[in-house]
Amino acid sequence: MAKPDYEITWKDLEIGCIVTEPGSASQYKTGDWKSQRPVTDKTRCIKCGICYLFCPEPCIGQDAEGYFEANLFYCKGCGICSKECPTSAIRMIPEES
Amino acid sequence: MSRRVGMEASFAIAEAVKLAEAEVVAAYPITPQTHIVERLSEMVADGEIDAEFICVESEHSAMSACVGSSAVGARTFTATAGQGLELMHEVLFVASSSRLPIVMAVANRALSGPLNVWGDQSDVMAARDCGWIQYFAENAQESFDLTLCAFKIAEDPQVLFPVMLNIDGFFVSHVVEPLYLLEKEELEGFIPPYQYPFPLDPRRPVTMGAFAPPVLCTETRKALEVALQGTRETILRVWKEFGDRFGRSYKPIETYRTEDADTILVGIGCYTETASVAIDTMRARGEKVVMVHLRLWRPFPFPEIRAALQGAQKVLVFDRCIILGGPGGPLCSEIKSALYGEEKKPKIFNFIGGLGGRDITPRQFEDMIARGREILDSKVTVEYETIGVRE
Repeated sequence: MAKPDYEITWKDLEIGCIVTEPGSASQYKTGDWKSQRPVTDKTRCIKCGICYLFCPEPCIGQDAEGYFEANLFYCKGCGICSKECPTSAIRMIPEES
Repeated sequence: MSRRVGMEASFAIAEAVKLAEAEVVAAYPITPQTHIVERLSEMVADGEIDAEFICVESEHSAMSACVGSSAVGARTFTATAGQGLELMHEVLFVASSSRLPIVMAVANRALSGPLNVWGDQSDVMAARDCGWIQYFAENAQESFDLTLCAFKIAEDPQVLFPVMLNIDGFFVSHVVEPLYLLEKEELEGFIPPYQYPFPLDPRRPVTMGAFAPPVLCTETRKALEVALQGTRETILRVWKEFGDRFGRSYKPIETYRTEDADTILVGIGCYTETASVAIDTMRARGEKVVMVHLRLWRPFPFPEIRAALQGAQKVLVFDRCIILGGPGGPLCSEIKSALYGEEKKPKIFNFIGGLGGRDITPRQFEDMIARGREILDSKVTVEYETIGVRE
């Protein structure tokens, strides 16, 4: 986006509010919706990827060592990863204010 | 040369869609619109028109298919009526907000319940706020002409809005009338090729119908409203161009017997033709009555209405729809709002009638005008009166 959304006037919008920039939704921060965030205990993680498959966002990716981590810019804190983790490696902790 | 033929208005609309070379027709049959798409399906099957006819399972799907086909850049037509228009309702807003120039004929019909397949204007009036350009044709010739104009208006780069052509169910849709059809050669160049600025195309990806959070939604509505109001100039230009080329021109409102008005009857749709017979009879008796009928309904013709009603002492508005729980008829409500800010305002009274296919005769229009004048000369105690209702 050329400007932040709070600076866009009605005259700036494309006809039919069409979005002409592919992938611009990736700039939309949904991470500030959450009241709790996932924290992975790497000693229990078996790198099975179930959290990655279940994440509805989907904001979980693999790091260089093969562990799965949520991208907190997008994570809404739903807790599905924590609920589905077969080794209970993911704990939801309250988001700091 | 144009041919004079006897033809049902529904078939005349189908002929116009064929001449306009629509590429996609997605429709579900519903009375009293059925003959329009029935004829188009025959034309597609017989190879008279190179179009895709999509048989859908409902009107919601019909309008959704139209949104898709218009979005890839195909000239798109559909038709519906009554309950069908209401089943499309949510998608109507998607079509207009996405600025897709779909053309739709609506054979106006009563809404359930009770179930009634006959004509009134409850359907279009319930969809009046959906962001489409909406206008009315009053006979077969107008249906043909204004369908052709609809494609040209809708697809104009300055417009890009869907257009709804309304005809009264049965009284227009099913009546065989003499009219002039245009030949393909005569129409040459009148409707330029349709070019949507951002068609769905994998080589140039775009997102249509995206989400707009509170930080953007107000801007999107403002942009849509300004654009819809801005279509006026093109609508007027296209109707004038049609008149210049083919000899029949159209205006946002039409006036009849305007000299030295005292009472003006305002209406919309084909009943105004019946009312004009009453106007002639009354004029012959020396009564100063005038008929004003709206052709354009959205965007609402505020300047023309103000100019036409300026100077009248009494205005009587005839509606074929009741706003349930509201102020009476939708046309009268909008006429009143158009005149509220004027310094010199006429007295206004509303009549409602012709519901669910009930006929209104010229004699009843005469009685209505006499009754309306009487009411306005005394103290008005009700919002409206219903014509012909058995008490």
